[in-house]
Amino acid sequence: MPPLVTPELGLIFWQLVIFLIVLFLLAKFAWKPILTSLKQREDSIEGALRMADQAKLEMQELRAGNEKLLADARLERDRIIKEATTLANQLIEQAKNKANEEGGRMIVQAREAIQNEKNAALAEVKNTAAQLSIDIAERILRRELTDTDSQKELVNSYLKDVKLN
Amino acid sequence: MKRLLIALFCILSLPVFAQEPTPTIEEATDSEAFSPGEMILHHIGDAHEWHFATIGDEAEHGTHITIPLPIIAYQPGKGLSVFSSSNLAEGKVYNGLKLEHEHLEAEDGGKVYDFSITKNVASLLLSAALLLGIFFTVASGYKKNHGGAPRGVQSFFEVLIVFIRDEVGKKAIGPKYERYMPYLLTIFFFIWFNNLLGLMPGAANLTGNIAVTMTLALMTLLITLASSNKNYWAHIFATPGVPKALLPIMIPVELIGVLVKPFSLMVRLFANITAGHIVILSFISLIFIFKSVLISPVSLAFGLFINVLELLVAILQAYIFTLLTAMYIGGAVEDHHDADLQIGGGHQADEAHAHGH
Repeated sequence: MPPLVTPELGLIFWQLVIFLIVLFLLAKFAWKPILTSLKQREDSIEGALRMADQAKLEMQELRAGNEKLLADARLERDRIIKEATTLANQLIEQAKNKANEEGGRMIVQAREAIQNEKNAALAEVKNTAAQLSIDIAERILRRELTDTDSQKELVNSYLKDVKLN
Repeated sequence: MKRLLIALFCILSLPVFAQEPTPTIEEATDSEAFSPGEMILHHIGDAHEWHFATIGDEAEHGTHITIPLPIIAYQPGKGLSVFSSSNLAEGKVYNGLKLEHEHLEAEDGGKVYDFSITKNVASLLLSAALLLGIFFTVASGYKKNHGGAPRGVQSFFEVLIVFIRDEVGKKAIGPKYERYMPYLLTIFFFIWFNNLLGLMPGAANLTGNIAVTMTLALMTLLITLASSNKNYWAHIFATPGVPKALLPIMIPVELIGVLVKPFSLMVRLFANITAGHIVILSFISLIFIFKSVLISPVSLAFGLFINVLELLVAILQAYIFTLLTAMYIGGAVEDHHDADLQIGGGHQADEAHAHGH
């Protein structure tokens, strides 16, 4: 066999010994810590990414919740305002009605009172006029009515005394 | 797409490996003239000393710039002998041992077991130190910078580590990938670093050495067999969908398949890296073959092109070796055999296929 393709025993021996020592040393002191650190780093990166995703999701949920709350509040506000407006309108209407009623009632009362007063005054005027007529007639009758002139004069003088008001 | 790429590389790598050395060996017979074959084989082969350059004529014993490496030899009956390779330089005999074409032999013809720290072993030690240094630094980065973003060398290698874990480990092996990650990462970076180191001037051709790729492939085979479950063996001894009468043919074929997988791993890496080196060295040899400086721009341009291509091949071969290892392991630990090629994307690919019809 040509020397090029004849494996030398010595080199096989050294290759085996040195390679196995290198393999052992590298496996123990290099590959193990390197692969462990790589795995740890990858795990931590993956964990961080997953956490970020979760946080994003939570944020979205929170924002959606807030928006819902806000929308609810807005709706509630609108409802309250509407209710208040209705109530106020009702109150105003009621007050108006009541005022109208009261006014009407007071007008009626006043009218009645005026009527009463008027009636009373008329009755008094009638009474006074009747009394006066009776008085005048009495006086005329009392003086013996002799002449017409004197009678007329008398009546006039009496009439002068009477204040018609 | 992955399968196609793999198939392409299997096909491309083999012919290159088969053709390149042949003409060079023929030329090696001429000792006086420059012999590119000898030079190339010397460069891609192993050596007992680390030779960088020779100043002056080699035939007139010029100055060699070399680092002598320790020779460790075991001879039955004589015991172990350890000495510097400079004692064996220029064909000298020391302790009854001599080097014959970089092959350690006993003078008396006895058996010698060579455990020398050769150029490749030295390079292996260097790469081991480099791997340990770099990845301990990376690991300490994770400790210092716990949970934070990667920094410096850590961020460069993190991309590759994550790629091997996600695209190779998780996809090819499936849920049980974690147990095999240390092996996958180590072979990926081991092969890649050594491929790159091999491209440096004067460096050893470690991953282009059959002994190294064989050891790596054997480790993959052992891990595959050790982690195999009953589905894996059921697939071999009672291949689903195959009539009983054909089983005597199928069982040997499947058993050969078990061995062919690591064999292909061994040959693919060896052939790709060696071929790359041979091509680059061949282009450089052109200058000396034509004995003309005019050819050097061509050599340089092609050599540079191949070298840049080799940078790509370096990581690609590391990736392919790792991916195939992961796929073989994935096939052994898989719970259900429903895809022919036990690649993670098999399900989608089959579905897409079915939809296509």
